[in-house]
Amino acid sequence: MTESRRALEALARAQWRLALTLSAAMMFVYFGFILLVAFAKPLLGTLLVPGLSLGTLLGALVILTAWALIWIYVRWANSHYDDTVRSLKDGSRGSR
Amino acid sequence: MSGLGQPNPVAIACFFAFVAVTLGITYWAARRTRSTEHFYAAGRSVTGLQNGLALAGDYMSAASFLGIAGLVALSGFDGLIYSIGFLVGWPIVMFLIAEPLRNLGRYTFADVVAFRLRQRPVRIAAAFGTLAVVCFYLIAQMVGAGNLIRLLFGMSYESAVAIVGLVMLAYVLFGGMLATTWVQIVKAVLLMTGAFLLALLVLQRFGWSPLVLFAAAAQRYGDAVLAPGQLVSNPWDAVSLGLALMLGTAGLPHILMRFYTVPDARTARTSVSWATAFIGVFYLLTFVLGFGAMVLVGRDAISAEDAGGNMAAPLLAQTVGGTGFLGFIAAVAFATILAVVAGLTLSGAAALSHDLWVNVVRGAHASEQEQLRVARVATVVLGLLSIGLGIAFKGQNVAYMVGLAFAIAASANFPALVMSVFWRRFTTAGAQASMLVGTTSALLLIYLSPTIQVGILGHPSAPFPWRNPGLVTIPLAFLVGAGVSLLFPEREAAERFAEVEDRVHLGPEGLTEPS
Repeated sequence: MTESRRALEALARAQWRLALTLSAAMMFVYFGFILLVAFAKPLLGTLLVPGLSLGTLLGALVILTAWALIWIYVRWANSHYDDTVRSLKDGSRGSR
Repeated sequence: MSGLGQPNPVAIACFFAFVAVTLGITYWAARRTRSTEHFYAAGRSVTGLQNGLALAGDYMSAASFLGIAGLVALSGFDGLIYSIGFLVGWPIVMFLIAEPLRNLGRYTFADVVAFRLRQRPVRIAAAFGTLAVVCFYLIAQMVGAGNLIRLLFGMSYESAVAIVGLVMLAYVLFGGMLATTWVQIVKAVLLMTGAFLLALLVLQRFGWSPLVLFAAAAQRYGDAVLAPGQLVSNPWDAVSLGLALMLGTAGLPHILMRFYTVPDARTARTSVSWATAFIGVFYLLTFVLGFGAMVLVGRDAISAEDAGGNMAAPLLAQTVGGTGFLGFIAAVAFATILAVVAGLTLSGAAALSHDLWVNVVRGAHASEQEQLRVARVATVVLGLLSIGLGIAFKGQNVAYMVGLAFAIAASANFPALVMSVFWRRFTTAGAQASMLVGTTSALLLIYLSPTIQVGILGHPSAPFPWRNPGLVTIPLAFLVGAGVSLLFPEREAAERFAEVEDRVHLGPEGLTEPS
């Protein structure tokens, strides 16, 4: 197994770990929200200030969470991931 | 007395302007559409921002603009559950799908699943799932188009369906993916602008504060409108629907196909960021539009026009902006349907021609001209089919068909796609079994669900308790795919996994030479 193959597999593992963690986080937040909607209706109906119920606030937060998770992924991918991919490509081109 | 159903000069002018501009784009695109790479993938020349807008255009159907605004107007908080469900699939698209898809495939998602597996069986199964999703989604859009345009423009149902079908056919047939992409972009910009202006006009009346608006809604219809209500009566049904919305987004063929229009994986990533930003803003705006319609138009006036609430946003436009603004919103809704139908037809045509004809019938040996000709024939067939289906389903309740399309996409396409990219031991038989079981179990359980049994056939009860089968069929498709793969290992598929890893991360150049 060449060094670049090992580096590629390490990168694949890192990408898979992050992708899985972030996907799990999104599912946890979203299904947490759905389960609250299903099982804690009165709680979500609590008015925090006039016009704003806990449910509406959490709903908007689910959308913000989706943005935040995507932001985390893009930051990692645009720097660490793309850099590694570039060096792997340069390395393999050089060795040919 | 509302202005709905009367010929509205602004609506007609706006609609003709939209059709004229988009046909102009089609003419421009047609001169550039010379190869299959142009026809299916716009020559891979689309930028991240453009593709983000086009993804948003493909995804935001009339159902989300009119349907969700109506749902919020009539049932308050419960409608927001849909707004949120339609957004949360996008992070999954980003983390698991977009980049591998771009790097592994050429035109369809079956390219990815079949990459290291045996082509024919995988492509047949994938085309089956794709065509099922496309057909149900098309029926829902066409019937929606007919009803909507009848209500908005006072035109007959059949002519509305025929106009949508023929104009869409012109885009796809002559302009291919390049024209379709620009139609989506124009539509997305119009839709976002319309929703934004409408929200501003609403908020202006409530001191620019959504909270004052929500409080006004609570004052008029009680605090219950801000709390979960009757829509989610069975918790597991809600989870099942949520799962199907989330993973279905990551399995919709017309969405997946869009990732082939960009030059590389990094641009695919950028386009999901833009798409999620636009779609998120849009669904946050539906909070304001829905509650705005509830307060300013009133629930009785909304249900009087259409029991499903679909006319909430147009009525709101009339209330806050007059007949001219109503005309603009009506034209936007028409444009929205046209664009979504074009995207669907193109992805269905790709499954028929690229997957079934070129790779199954011709064993990947077809000349460029033949491929392009077959793609165009498939487009015409699907275009005429969509008009026929639209007319055949006139007067039927087809609201469940969008949910059904998402359920099939989530059960048939998503599990096979993820396993083929990330799991070394996935096999041809596993892919085939997963896609076929996903499609058929979703179809069967929807047929046995209360939606069809009680809602349409009028039986007192249904054998399957939930309205959406996702919670059963998605895990089932994963289990069947994994089980069959483990029972019947395929050495070559496992050996070629290194090639998949190469391509997923490094693109077509890879570390090893592609075979």
